[in-house]
Amino acid sequence: MAVTPRQPAAAGSSLGADLGLSTDDLLEMYRLVALARAVDERMWILNRAGRIPFVISGQGHEGAQVGVTWALEKGKDWIAPFYRSIATCLTFGMSPRDIMTAQYATASDPSSGGRQMPGHYGSREHNLVSVSSPVATQLLHAVGLALAAKIRKTGQVALTIMGEGSSNQGDVHEGLNFAAIHHLPFVFIVENNGYAISVPLARQVAGSSVAARAEGYGIPGVTVDGSDVLACYAAAKKAVERARAGDGPSLIECKVTRLTGHSSDDQQTKYRSEEELAADRSLDPVPKFRTQLVDAGILTPEAEERIDASIKDAVHDATEYAEAQPDPHPSTAMRWVYAEDWPSEGPPPWGMGEDDAGHEAAAADQNVAEATAAIDESAH
Amino acid sequence: MALKTFIEAIRDGLREEMTRDGNVIILGEDVGKKGGVFLATDGLWAEFGDDRVIDTPLTESQIIGTSIGAAIGGLRPIAEIQFADFIHPAFNQLVSEAARLRYRSNNGYSAPMVVRAPYGGGVHGALYHSQSVEAFYTHVPGLKVVIPSTPYDAKGLLRSSVRDDDPVLFFEHKKMYRSVRGNVPDGDYTVPLGKAQITHPGSQVTVIAYGLMAHYALEAADRVADDGISVEVVDLRTLRPLDKETVLDSVRKTGKCLVVYEDNRFGGYGAEVAAMVGEEAFDYLDGPVTRIAGPDVPGVPYNHVLEDWFMVNPEKIADAIRKLAAY
Repeated sequence: MAVTPRQPAAAGSSLGADLGLSTDDLLEMYRLVALARAVDERMWILNRAGRIPFVISGQGHEGAQVGVTWALEKGKDWIAPFYRSIATCLTFGMSPRDIMTAQYATASDPSSGGRQMPGHYGSREHNLVSVSSPVATQLLHAVGLALAAKIRKTGQVALTIMGEGSSNQGDVHEGLNFAAIHHLPFVFIVENNGYAISVPLARQVAGSSVAARAEGYGIPGVTVDGSDVLACYAAAKKAVERARAGDGPSLIECKVTRLTGHSSDDQQTKYRSEEELAADRSLDPVPKFRTQLVDAGILTPEAEERIDASIKDAVHDATEYAEAQPDPHPSTAMRWVYAEDWPSEGPPPWGMGEDDAGHEAAAADQNVAEATAAIDESAH
Repeated sequence: MALKTFIEAIRDGLREEMTRDGNVIILGEDVGKKGGVFLATDGLWAEFGDDRVIDTPLTESQIIGTSIGAAIGGLRPIAEIQFADFIHPAFNQLVSEAARLRYRSNNGYSAPMVVRAPYGGGVHGALYHSQSVEAFYTHVPGLKVVIPSTPYDAKGLLRSSVRDDDPVLFFEHKKMYRSVRGNVPDGDYTVPLGKAQITHPGSQVTVIAYGLMAHYALEAADRVADDGISVEVVDLRTLRPLDKETVLDSVRKTGKCLVVYEDNRFGGYGAEVAAMVGEEAFDYLDGPVTRIAGPDVPGVPYNHVLEDWFMVNPEKIADAIRKLAAY
């Protein structure tokens, strides 16, 4: 399937005007793309410096993520993201501190309170469904959210995102089929970076594309250049409008590139040539979007300076903040198995870390203190 | 008060919960016009319509996964898996997702939903329409597992399950659907989750059972009463969270404990109960904690002679009680 070119703006109109995007919108989109990259790069530095044990990266995916997410209504619609969704989460309301505390697995990490690996983001506050490690399971959660939106007539749209490797899972077929049968307000985004860890697209996806599979469900499927932020926004906008109008789901395959290894534990030069990696760097959405905005006279030197400075500050602040946050205390480790505590679901023979003198810092933390008090209270 | 079959009590419970709360929906295979293959949802589609009683494709993972999302979105889904034997494609959604959602999000998210499934043998269902699957799920923190044995408990526990804020697996023994009757009061009563019940008080041997085996345990208790053995039957009703206190109080009184379950013996749910009793009531025991359970073959065979051989029944339980009592 051919990559759908973005319709050029009408003569005389400014960049993005055909899509209803203002100059401020474009600058904010650029800030988010560049911020996600800067946060991501910091994560790798912290990993190589031995500060955080694991990184899973979104580098190369940021343009598609910001473009797609921009089409949704923040605070209303739902996203079930995946482990590369840093830019998605930032665009939908999470902060660099939120992302960075997840890398450090601190008690204050809003995604999981330090329970999950980095990359498993989530935020009830921002309608970002908690990420797990089994791939593609989240598609069904987004379909369920779309079902709830339809039945409850809330006008919400639910969108999910995954890689092309994950898109082969059975849950994807089951969910797309159900969503299409019921014309649910659902959008399926595939960020196709060409690799499922080490296995290339040709060994992952039969047929011409992931988007072509949409035809089997009787829904629109398009392929877009994932390094083109505005093309991704345009495609997502159309899909979201269609969903909100009650016309059913859509599939968008964003062709992106994976600029890093699969994770900090992967060395991609083992299975990708230097030539290929060099060629892929030309598909980096960050310089591409920057050039586009500079050429359009939107990203002025002053604006860029201001954005760069704010990003530098935000990344520095997030790192300092996360570095200083306490670990979760073992006394909290049995909370939230269920909504309530059960006497039969008791602590292990070694207790709940009561004698652990190494957690003075944690003991001072308000969250921990509250959680401990709750456990004490329920035990009496 | 009215005399109801087990399945009538379940159907009444479903209808009343749907009437009480407009966010309660049912989804599953053939649950709509047909009313389910066992007719548990008979009439509900006509009463509540397409939006609230949804016939799904043959996609168990979708049924459960969509329910999780719908629960996040404010609905209270009741998913029906047509036979417990067919729940396995949804294992990942139940174990990796529903069970862990609250814990992994540090209470940011939860999946309040009920998964109903008919289980159990003795109905000529063979390997794939007879399974007891509870042990797969009782093993998983974050899931609640309920197996009622009476119409009263079925309705009361179903109400509690629908209103619970965590995912509940609600297994119904299909042999009991029409063979078990009992009085069910009118009105909005509930039976709390996590509470066992002593259904036959006694002093010499504690028999712990659930589901169909709770009935067979009562029959066995009557049989051995003729031999002068006084049996206390504990019907667990909720398998997880387990009501340890009721179990331990009974065993500490009788000093002998027999655990009965229909599932394969090895690694079955009763093994956990036996281990718990062994650890926490050791000083009170006058005999080995004993299990009577299904044989370790990969499924219930179809031929009636073989099926009868497989199934735990009142006589097999009575024999085990006699052996334990003589200890």
